[in-house]
Amino acid sequence: MTLYALSGKIKITESLGQILVDFEFIEKFTPMYLEAARLTVLIGAAGIVLAAAVGLLCALVKYYRVPVARQIVSAYIELSRNTPLIVQLFFLYFGLPKAGIRLSSEVCGIIGLAFLGGSYMAESFLGGLTSVGKIQLESAESLGLRRHQVMNLIVIPQAGAVAAPAVCANVIFLLKETSVFSAVSLADLMYVAKDLIGMYYNTGEALLMLVVAYLALILPISVIFAILERRLRRGRS
Amino acid sequence: MPETEHIIDINGLVKRFNGTAVIDGIDLSVSKGEVVVLIGPSGCGKSTLLRCINGLEPIDAGTVTLHGEPVVHNSRNLYKIRQKIGMVFQSYDLFPHLTVLKNIMLAPMKVQKRSKEEIRAEALKLLERVGLSDKAESFPSELSGGQKQRVAICRSLIMNPEIMLLDEITAALDPEMVHEVLDVVLDLAKNGTTMLIVTHEMAFAKAAADRIVFIDGGVIVEESEPDEFFTAPKTERAKKFLKTFTYSR
Repeated sequence: MTLYALSGKIKITESLGQILVDFEFIEKFTPMYLEAARLTVLIGAAGIVLAAAVGLLCALVKYYRVPVARQIVSAYIELSRNTPLIVQLFFLYFGLPKAGIRLSSEVCGIIGLAFLGGSYMAESFLGGLTSVGKIQLESAESLGLRRHQVMNLIVIPQAGAVAAPAVCANVIFLLKETSVFSAVSLADLMYVAKDLIGMYYNTGEALLMLVVAYLALILPISVIFAILERRLRRGRS
Repeated sequence: MPETEHIIDINGLVKRFNGTAVIDGIDLSVSKGEVVVLIGPSGCGKSTLLRCINGLEPIDAGTVTLHGEPVVHNSRNLYKIRQKIGMVFQSYDLFPHLTVLKNIMLAPMKVQKRSKEEIRAEALKLLERVGLSDKAESFPSELSGGQKQRVAICRSLIMNPEIMLLDEITAALDPEMVHEVLDVVLDLAKNGTTMLIVTHEMAFAKAAADRIVFIDGGVIVEESEPDEFFTAPKTERAKKFLKTFTYSR
């Protein structure tokens, strides 16, 4: 293996000083990072999908001004947006067992992410929905379109285009937020990095791999979103 | 002579906003093929009247019927009645995410479920009639205000409505675009399209109308033939109103 042969022999010089990169370490623990990345992606994706569902539901409740539910949604949004994810996770992981509800780390991660993301998604969806003017609804209704047709054919396509950039930003934000999962003993990327630093003191390598792992996960998503957004904007103008 | 067929019948219509009557007891009928122009000062209730006819506003008293069928805000079968009433608004209200052709084809496809080829051919014919054949694949954002309004007229016409309601459709246009839109409406009037029109274009009202209805303070103040109304209005209020359109020192 080329990497193995090079290990310990290569020095990368930086202006701040000399850092020795231990390739043997990197190679040895890459599978651990991959496993952790898989977990991050799985829990992150599940949490984000759930967050989008919660957000859509909340946005519709607010858009249609459903009595009572509307006030509950508002309270939820304030609670969710004004408390840190780590506090929400602690509540789920350490608080709920006191009430007899014991959830696994994975479930806590997913629910926590959905709880946090739901409010952000709700605001983004609602922003899209309310951006469609009343005159659009009235002219669609005047043509004899039924309520659901107005929603599906006129409101959602326009609202979606407006909400998309904010929703994409939320997805990336939430993926990054997964880095606090380690606080509830989820073996995600952050957890693995901390673990390795604690065990081997290879702080540099562990952190380097951590950064590379997050970049490898999130950068492609950012690029894809940017391309999609550009295409969306071209279709509208 | 047989009795003329009424399309729209309005009886004792009252509409209040926050307790204030914007329409305070209006009776009005529009017969088949007739072009009725509503004029009157801003805030007199003309636009509200049109909105009530289309069920966009709940009404406080009276009835609005289309061929004897009541038009009721938020009622279950309102969408069926609305297919027979075309409406064009003051603000350009084309669907921005659809091309001109798709704007026009949407309702007949989704509401009337007619065949796509048939609708497409008819849509293109309508676009030709309003002089916009080359804009079929354009998006609304690529059109001028006058072009948008002409498309909006096509979008309503393709439903074969019993009556067209035009709510100040040139009020938000630049002066040079007003003409191109009014030409289209005048052409419809000449071809027997039943219309109820709210406008501030007096010369156009005179040219297109079979009957002028002058509204002020939520009631019909005067109803006459255009020649009579513009040369010898019967009421003082109408005289005063018409005077505001002639600029003299």
